[in-house]
Amino acid sequence: MASFAAGSRFMSLIGGTLLSFYDWYADLPVASPQMFGDQTDVPEAADWWNAGYLVMWGSNIPVTRTPDAHFLTETRYNGTKVVAVSPDYADNVKFADEWMAPHPGTDGALAMAMGHVILREFLVDREVPYFRDYLRTYTDAPFLVALREGEHGLVPDGFLTAADLGRDEEHADAKTVLMDRTTGEAVVPGGSLGFRWGEAGRGRWNLELGDVVPELSLMETAEDTVRVALPRFDEGATEGGSVMVRGVPVKRVGGRLVTTVFDLMLAQYGVARPGLPGVWPLAYDDASQPYTPAWQETITSVPAEQAARIAREFARNAERTNGRSMIAMGAGTNHWFHSDTIYRAFLALTTMTGCQGVNGGGWAHYVGQEKVRPLTGFQHLAFAFDWQRPTRHMTGTSYWYLNTDQWRYEAFGPDELASPLGEGRFKGKAFADCLAQAVRLGWTPGHPGFNRNPLDLADEAAAEGRGVAEHVVDELKSGRLRFAAEDPDDPANFPRVLTVWRANLLGSSGKGNEYFLRHLLGTDAAVRSAESPEDERPEEVVWREEAPEGKLDLMVTMDFRMTSTALLADVVLPAATWYEKDDLSSTDMHPFVHAFTPAIAPPWQARTDYDTFLGIADRFSELAAEHLGTRTDVLAVPLAHDTPDELAQPGGVVRDWKKGECEPVPGRTMPKLVVVERDYAAVAQKIRAIGPLLDSLGTTTKGVTVHPDREIEELRHRNGTVRDGAGAGRPALATASDMCEAILALSGTTNGRLATEGFRELERQTGSEGLVELSAEREAERITFADTRTQPRAVMTSYEWSGSETGGRRYSPFVINVEHKKPWHTLTGRQHFFVQHDWMSELGEQLPVYRPPLNAIRHYGDEHLGEDGRAEVTVRYLTPHSKWSIHSNYQDNKYMLDLSRGGPVIWMSDADAEKIGVRDNEWIEAYNRNGVVAARAVVTHRMPEGTVYMYHAQDRNVNVPKTEITGKRGGMHNSLTRLLLKPTHLAGGYAQFTYAFNYYGPTGNQRDEVTVIRRRSQQVEY
Amino acid sequence: MRVMAQIAMVMNLDKCIGCHTCSVTCKQTWTNRTGVEYAWFNNVETKPGVGYPRRYEDQEKWKGGWTLDRKGRLVLRSGGRVKRLLSLFSNPDLPSIEDYYEPVTYDYDNLVSAPAGPDMPVARPRSVLTGEPTSITWGANWEDGLGGASEHAGGDPNLSGEWAEKVKFEFEQTFMFHLPRLCEHCLNPACVSACPSGAMYKREEDGIVLVDQDRCRGWRMCVTACPYKKVYVNHATGKAEKCTFCFPRIEAGQPTVCSETCVGRLRYLGLLLYDADRVGEAAATPNEQDLLDAQRGVFLDPFDPEVIAAARESGIPEDWLDAARRSPVYALVSKYKVALPLHPEYRTLPMVWYVPPLSPVLDAVTSAGGNQDDPDHVFAAVTRLRIPLEYLAELFTAGDTDVVGGVLMKLTALRSFMRERTLGEAGDESALKAVGLTAREAEDLHRLLAVAKYNDRYVVPAAHKEDAAALTAMENRCPVESSGEPAERKVMLGIPTLRRRDPDAPAGGHA
Repeated sequence: MASFAAGSRFMSLIGGTLLSFYDWYADLPVASPQMFGDQTDVPEAADWWNAGYLVMWGSNIPVTRTPDAHFLTETRYNGTKVVAVSPDYADNVKFADEWMAPHPGTDGALAMAMGHVILREFLVDREVPYFRDYLRTYTDAPFLVALREGEHGLVPDGFLTAADLGRDEEHADAKTVLMDRTTGEAVVPGGSLGFRWGEAGRGRWNLELGDVVPELSLMETAEDTVRVALPRFDEGATEGGSVMVRGVPVKRVGGRLVTTVFDLMLAQYGVARPGLPGVWPLAYDDASQPYTPAWQETITSVPAEQAARIAREFARNAERTNGRSMIAMGAGTNHWFHSDTIYRAFLALTTMTGCQGVNGGGWAHYVGQEKVRPLTGFQHLAFAFDWQRPTRHMTGTSYWYLNTDQWRYEAFGPDELASPLGEGRFKGKAFADCLAQAVRLGWTPGHPGFNRNPLDLADEAAAEGRGVAEHVVDELKSGRLRFAAEDPDDPANFPRVLTVWRANLLGSSGKGNEYFLRHLLGTDAAVRSAESPEDERPEEVVWREEAPEGKLDLMVTMDFRMTSTALLADVVLPAATWYEKDDLSSTDMHPFVHAFTPAIAPPWQARTDYDTFLGIADRFSELAAEHLGTRTDVLAVPLAHDTPDELAQPGGVVRDWKKGECEPVPGRTMPKLVVVERDYAAVAQKIRAIGPLLDSLGTTTKGVTVHPDREIEELRHRNGTVRDGAGAGRPALATASDMCEAILALSGTTNGRLATEGFRELERQTGSEGLVELSAEREAERITFADTRTQPRAVMTSYEWSGSETGGRRYSPFVINVEHKKPWHTLTGRQHFFVQHDWMSELGEQLPVYRPPLNAIRHYGDEHLGEDGRAEVTVRYLTPHSKWSIHSNYQDNKYMLDLSRGGPVIWMSDADAEKIGVRDNEWIEAYNRNGVVAARAVVTHRMPEGTVYMYHAQDRNVNVPKTEITGKRGGMHNSLTRLLLKPTHLAGGYAQFTYAFNYYGPTGNQRDEVTVIRRRSQQVEY
Repeated sequence: MRVMAQIAMVMNLDKCIGCHTCSVTCKQTWTNRTGVEYAWFNNVETKPGVGYPRRYEDQEKWKGGWTLDRKGRLVLRSGGRVKRLLSLFSNPDLPSIEDYYEPVTYDYDNLVSAPAGPDMPVARPRSVLTGEPTSITWGANWEDGLGGASEHAGGDPNLSGEWAEKVKFEFEQTFMFHLPRLCEHCLNPACVSACPSGAMYKREEDGIVLVDQDRCRGWRMCVTACPYKKVYVNHATGKAEKCTFCFPRIEAGQPTVCSETCVGRLRYLGLLLYDADRVGEAAATPNEQDLLDAQRGVFLDPFDPEVIAAARESGIPEDWLDAARRSPVYALVSKYKVALPLHPEYRTLPMVWYVPPLSPVLDAVTSAGGNQDDPDHVFAAVTRLRIPLEYLAELFTAGDTDVVGGVLMKLTALRSFMRERTLGEAGDESALKAVGLTAREAEDLHRLLAVAKYNDRYVVPAAHKEDAAALTAMENRCPVESSGEPAERKVMLGIPTLRRRDPDAPAGGHA
């Protein structure tokens, strides 16, 4: 934490751009913000022990969660049934009772069919009271959705709101409506977004229903039944699929034709009920219609009977245990372009069976193990919120998409993805246009911001004697100023200086690695792709004839290994390892905060990241005194999650000020424009002291503000007080140890007083009682850095998270929501099966759906070189996490190389190997339009035919020869990948779709890729 | 009855995740030195597979372990003393470095020192034996996760039976498990008996088999004789080296490094009391499939008053007797009988035992995994598991599938019983009874396998300080006796002799 915070604090203080990583690594499960309004919150590994039924779905636990795997092997002796879903016989399969091997990327089809079975058997034919009551209380299932007439007939429009009922109350358009079974009347229960922000809702933002019994289905009371047009993606000429027609019961409420989310769900899943119009599957063995078990078999190859039986067992276990059925899901299902749809199909299963918010049940997403448990202290110090707010948080994927020019190599546009039920919003657009639009509407960040220095913008405003925001809006409106995202190849918008620390951007995480090399660095690169044909180029974003190469002026990296990033950097600063520094860590896998303590001093010239950045800050400030002085900076900041910004664009309706659809109003129809004073010469002083904003503004995490006054005072004593300069009188952050101390002191998970204060505030917001009791048992406790150095310390239950550790309980997410009726941070305040945003409906993803992997061969054509008649095979190219490294770390370690195969390998099936005449351990080359890899083949019957694995992240620094195709050094696993933006990941401005760092943003997905493989000369050159 | 105590190990393969942490920590502790780069005292194999060194289980080729001669007497498969002496200088039954693998290092320095050039610098492999650039063609763990299995795994010597015809290396039929291996510290160690120099010895106090580096003359008979190929030659010193069972840690009451760092929590360490007088008889049991029971028969019940009395007679300390009663190894081997020895047919009476692994059901096409109509019936029959019972039987019971099947049924019955418990029901004891467990025993076994607390997994009594001098003694004999041996053979088997070293000899070994 201190190592991260040192750099991000420095960058924040000077106004640099900070790139998010969770979405960039495709570890962010986008479905979580969509459905839960929450970035990610998952059970700790020990909670597997409490499960009665556990499905490992694309999560290879023994390989990627090695220290925790014993909980999995052990809970089997509790009688927990374990099912593995994996396309290959992965290491985890041997711990399962059953193995389902769907074709890669088709997991969503299997999950949808399981949902079909559960809805049919447990919610329609037989109505399990536990499931029904859970759906009524904790999900949007009973909420009313208005239908509208579209080109193909009636389609779901959006949630009916209190405004539709003609109610004239605060935020009526953000209060959702359901039918009361008892009275037959439409009611507006508390807990929705409209109750969260504003005085009138205070104390009513909760899930209490009182006497109201929400009606799940209108079937019994319907005035009529109608046909609705719903999307399907398993057939159709484009990725957008086609249309199916099903029926729902409807009523007219507030002048609008409405049905419930639950009724729409049954229609979507194809669960027929007598008397409804439309085309329905006849039975489980009807393969013609989504989403039956037989239908999924044609897509996944998983036997229909097995899929149905596993679904039945999963739900039956949940019924008997009140929700102790779990799905542990991983990168195997989260790294796809349409991962959010795959995940929503999973989460529908755990939600419709009442497993979320229950120990031993629910989703267990383990991709990336980031969970900064002491969140509040960390984020306020890491982003220098103690001195200034906000900072330039940027979505990593968008940033690299534009700045490495991967946007120039598209073969199709976003309209390809749009459902026929959409309104043609993406016609003529390119993905880069979507990004530019999302930036200017305030949905997603677009740093560095404008095509003009923001410091100059502030000066211009001052010269003209008007407000900076007013000036910027005028300039934008006139077209004299543009967002940088609208012209990424303008030299004014290039990134010039890149600092990499704690990362191996060019040897591990950089998807589209060869594009980085060509455009960002300007080195040799193996990009083989042509640029987009003219009809696929952006309509708004500027296309410059000559693509720039070598945009960067300076790349600095800090590392203790010679990674590719270090090999390519201009400057390498030797970094201390974990065993040479003070720091803190925590993860979602266990409830402890851990200390790092130096076993030895950093050898030779190495320094800790903390000391390095302090050193840089010193020299920076020295120079800044002369060159920069004090300036005013202006930041364009997207509409933010967990703030009243969530109300800005009701219904997620797109209105573009640039097209004259509305006025540009900062904070409503466009980004907020925030001014920050920067005394550059004081940066070195500020980085070393806790700033005064924590006293005046307190800390705010997920909408809860607390005031750490006492803690600031305590930190003056613990860390010492700064004597002089900008930080005079403030607690010191002179060392990493000081930073750790401050993080712990300022966070609810490690400071019982703050946890309690946060819960008290949450009680005021919700009107719920019993929240304060969650932290009462440890209220007097303060976990200090010295405590953590003695031994890892279990954190406390805090308002910062949704689960409870109270009474030694294992952490499971949403336990507080379920047990204390605390709303989720969504539009309805409940878990959402149905989501509402114009861009979501454009892609046909309002409800859970199955979308197949992108059809790479159709989009990019046959990539075979077919030289000299050599046998070649085109296969699905996957990059799962490796057994022999943690990302690229350790993959070059001699022991790991001894235990693996001593260099880069690609795993392939014996059937595919035979096609190209390759034996185990022979050299092969894998290539596609993105690059070329030389590796040895690992041939095994464990792999399914048609799919190869190149385990993530085999850097190109060990035993990588030159390739035959390029004559240059072979690539690494990301040499064959390229970024693809999913437009819905850019959607924002409304309810849970608003932006937060690492919370919402496009993922750097990489699994919809294919590669050609051929045997190469066995004589290799290095 | 002559009671002796041995520190022994059980590994629960049902929990092994194949992470190789044991191998790495062992290597870092014991073989991170010149001359033993290729040696992994602890390694983890993927089964099915040929193993490390290749096909080490093929005793027709390597001549490891013991066999019975025509008169039913126990003889080393590598031949009698005369034969072995004649081949001292050209032992034909030794694995070559290719059977292990050529150890390599990488030109790491090139990453730092390469001059500017047209290509990114790279660290290429270089043989540590020749110092020359090399091409990597095999490794200590080449077959991990069934890598190359379709080409190589058919050579697994355990697939030699007729039943093996039906093992097809095809996607739908895939099965695998991990098998961590180290020295078995056998009761009847062939390596000790084969050593012409008397350098190999089995400690009387705790049964650990060690090599006296001062006495070793590098004849390598031990390498041949060990059927597990767990004695290695240090090519720098020319002497034999092997797993020490981390005796300095064991003497201090600590688990071995491989156990301490076992991430999957599958290792158990504890004492077994045995009757040293019956070792030879057990090893010479005529029918190979009876060897399991014969070896179990050598182990003594630490709760039996007669055994306790005899143990006291033999000088076994009280706390060791207490530890023997709390021994998880005794519980798994003798009480619950869920642990089995690796290749009992080698007749060395190995002391590292294994709980065999469960696995997914093979047949996904039908409803084999459970009951289509009854979603409460979630577990499949043991006979439908993917790993052929015959394969496990080849490894652990000299081919007796009933025994392996019985263990797996016990584990399955335990799971079913506990499932009922965790679902809030009493649990059906009749199913338990069928596999020979009571409800109480099931709870205890559950605690041992599932809760698996550190202190329950490792019950290692510290050496007695008053015996400390003896422990460093480098005695050259195996302390157990084989019966029915002609006198001239006895020497090779070793006769229990002194347990305390010569007080005049300098501490730390022979001069």
